Amino acid sequence: MSASFTPVQETALGKKAGGPVEWLDDRLGLAGLAKKNLRKVFPEHWSFMLGEIALWSFVVLLITGTFLTFWYQPSMAEVTYNGTYKPLNGLEMSLAYKSTLDISFDIRGGLLLRQIHHWAAALFVAAMMVHMLRVFFTGAYRKPREINWLIGVGLLALGMIEGFAGYSLPDDLLSGTGLRFVDGLVRSVPIVGSYLEFFIFGGEFPGDEIIPRLYMAHILLIPALILGLIGAHMLLLIYHKHTQWPGPGRTEKNVVGYPMLPVYAAKAGGFFFVVFGFTALMGALIQINPVWAYGPYNPSEVTAGSQPDWYMGFSEGMVRLMPNWESTFFNYTWSWNVVIPGMGGLGLVFTSLAIWPFLEKWVTGDNREHHLLERPRNAPTRTALGVAAMTAYGVGWIAGGNDIIATKFHMDIYAITWVLRFGFFIFPVIAFLITKRICIGLQRADANRILHGYETGVLERTPDGGYSERHAPLPVAEQYTLTAHERVPVLEAPVQTDVNGVDAPHGRKEKLRAKVREYWNRDTLDKPTVEDVHHAEEHLGHHDGHPIALGEDFQGVSETGIPRQH
Amino acid sequence: MSEIERPDDHDGQEIEPTEPIQDPGLPEHQYRPQDVDESQARRTERQIALMFVTAAALALVFCVSYVVIDKDQTFLNWSAQNFALGASLGGALLLVGIGIIQWAKKLMSDHEMVEYRHSAASDEDDRVAVLEQINAGVEESGIQRRPLLRNTLIGSMGFMALPVVFLLGDLGPRPHSQRFTVWKKGMRVVADVSGAPIKPSDLEVGELVNGEPAVLFEEDETGERILHGTEALQAKSKAAVIIVRMRPEDITPSKGRENWNVDGILCYSKICTHVGCPISLYEQQTHHVLCPCHQSTFDLADNGKVIFGPAHRPLPQLPLGVDSEGYLIAMSDFPEIVAPSYPELARDQKKLDKNS
Repeated sequence: MSASFTPVQETALGKKAGGPVEWLDDRLGLAGLAKKNLRKVFPEHWSFMLGEIALWSFVVLLITGTFLTFWYQPSMAEVTYNGTYKPLNGLEMSLAYKSTLDISFDIRGGLLLRQIHHWAAALFVAAMMVHMLRVFFTGAYRKPREINWLIGVGLLALGMIEGFAGYSLPDDLLSGTGLRFVDGLVRSVPIVGSYLEFFIFGGEFPGDEIIPRLYMAHILLIPALILGLIGAHMLLLIYHKHTQWPGPGRTEKNVVGYPMLPVYAAKAGGFFFVVFGFTALMGALIQINPVWAYGPYNPSEVTAGSQPDWYMGFSEGMVRLMPNWESTFFNYTWSWNVVIPGMGGLGLVFTSLAIWPFLEKWVTGDNREHHLLERPRNAPTRTALGVAAMTAYGVGWIAGGNDIIATKFHMDIYAITWVLRFGFFIFPVIAFLITKRICIGLQRADANRILHGYETGVLERTPDGGYSERHAPLPVAEQYTLTAHERVPVLEAPVQTDVNGVDAPHGRKEKLRAKVREYWNRDTLDKPTVEDVHHAEEHLGHHDGHPIALGEDFQGVSETGIPRQH
Repeated sequence: MSEIERPDDHDGQEIEPTEPIQDPGLPEHQYRPQDVDESQARRTERQIALMFVTAAALALVFCVSYVVIDKDQTFLNWSAQNFALGASLGGALLLVGIGIIQWAKKLMSDHEMVEYRHSAASDEDDRVAVLEQINAGVEESGIQRRPLLRNTLIGSMGFMALPVVFLLGDLGPRPHSQRFTVWKKGMRVVADVSGAPIKPSDLEVGELVNGEPAVLFEEDETGERILHGTEALQAKSKAAVIIVRMRPEDITPSKGRENWNVDGILCYSKICTHVGCPISLYEQQTHHVLCPCHQSTFDLADNGKVIFGPAHRPLPQLPLGVDSEGYLIAMSDFPEIVAPSYPELARDQKKLDKNS
């Protein structure tokens, strides 16, 4: 603004930064790239922050995790504990567990680091899931972002494995019980199960290899993969430019927002400190995983109410719900009761997530790029499917805590299990139907607001004594935002035969596709047409019959009669 | 860049509008109090600076707490050290973060900028050029003209995978002895913590105790346990048992199991046949025992039969007897396979059946 005629090189900052920039650019030649990206525009919306929570909690995990490695010993060698925590004195335990106790009791700040690390892990997976739901329900995974969606699916899977590996490292009774479950799960793999078990555990369960092996995976292999995928995720985000909500001036062809430097650098950088500070306060105030209370792992002990970390709750619940099927053929034992829910549950979740964008594209046949987000109500079938999937996940998750529910609410555990067994199939269908209706209802409400305006709160009495509430048109910006979405496509029957009456190729597939497409759009309310709006304008715009013009700035009155200010 | 962009402007042609409402363009910029009133801006600046100063002070509080607070001190029944360190660190980080964000929101320019998007795809010429280059690469390498080279290379790369697979061979031993436990005929059943042998008279009707094989507590000449560390854990993970006493008339033994109890004392594997959790929740009246992990329920009066839950196989029962000193002993190893199922289970069970 000021000094607009002084070349930047001659300003105070230019003189200071010129040298280093030149030095770097002489060697890296990145000015071309930096020029395009330093002031890159990012749109703003609270929901775009969810992925950021995941990113920053991962950084918190890296920092706290590095500190923990200074003292943690990944060894299953047997030692006798004689330390600060008196109740465990004289007990035999693994070095891994002893060093975890030492971190908790003898290293100043060690307990804090452990608790921050654990809370950040729970937050990391939660933020990834909520971020993914945001992307799903707004259709942000559509072309050209399918690959970034796949990377996200990979990150979620890796995050869960990483979390489970970390959960197992303290080698306390709870984490050992988790490993025992993994052992049972690995064994249940048809035909090669025993081999896998002996290879993974280095012999019969528990062996003395699993902790060092998980440690390597937990601190090197998986974090490196996650870091690489996060890098790719961010690069693609920058390349595609962030999606935005439609609104006045915000179109498919542009992106409106604040520049990376300085606004987003400051906001995102500041947000890192907020996430770190928040997890640090959680580590200070809320206890998590008090390993000393569980004692060292002992395969013949368990605590009632054993629960995995929250993100494993779905798998746990599926295993609890599964009927006890096991069969023998070809001289092999096939443990369907473990392998189907244990491997199949999460397998189904991740497979459906991965194929979804491609499946939707096949259904809609939509090959255009999309940079505007869709409101969930404007894609009723997608939204309903998402809620149905969430419901199924939720049933699994609740089943994972069926014992806790039974004891807390004094309910019959077998009854809960039976209800959830059927509920896993029935509740999602109900959720689908209800959600779809809610979406369509909301679409109707939107259409009403455009066609009939909003309720002003102004009551008018007609000469013959009737009362009515006066409606006024919404501000244009709001009307535009409500209608800035796609029209419902006009469906055409697929061509069954060519001109000569010969069956078209892929005829059957196309027929199926047409059916699914019809279902996808069924009952979806289209936005008002130009004529509809003209009609409404005429209806609302004239204040004939109204004694008083409301004026440009009028925005309705509240219940107490005070004019509203937006 | 312009503040207002109208999508139809740059096409330069008038088209009949299909959208019901035309894009009114970006709304007018709203000024913040800090933009128009320097004293407001100063005030915000001071507030943010105060956050940063407080954060620095809290960082010092962290250091002081690290030095002066003893690890045994408590605060509201909770480690005073953990509380002081976490609260000061968390507070400092939050204040820095909130301060920076306030700075961005209240004082940095809030003029929205517009950037135009480009299709993610490169233009057609670039694509053609890439295809040409790939084509040239394929041509010049001769990979299509010399199938012998191509196929032998692919073949040898396939063989290269073998050393990788073979290197994994020593990850662990081959599966072995899954059908056996450390129990054998004559071994005493002892209490799981003290290692004391158990007499039938020690148990009352309705009681359940956790047991282990005596070998876990045996010591060699030097006083060292003969099984310890991983070996002891491996033995326990298959050989842990529960011993219950019920009224003999409540027991409905299946054929061949009539003499496996001693005066109504029965012994079962403690390891759930589902995924191996130690079962522990016993309901005295019904003789049911429940696994706390996945709620498989077994009827101990009825040969460990599965009543509910995802477990398929009944809990294996250990035949009990009494030795010359009157202590409970095992009459054999488990006749059924303990612990979770595995692919060779059916085969191993046949072998066990043949030997008995």
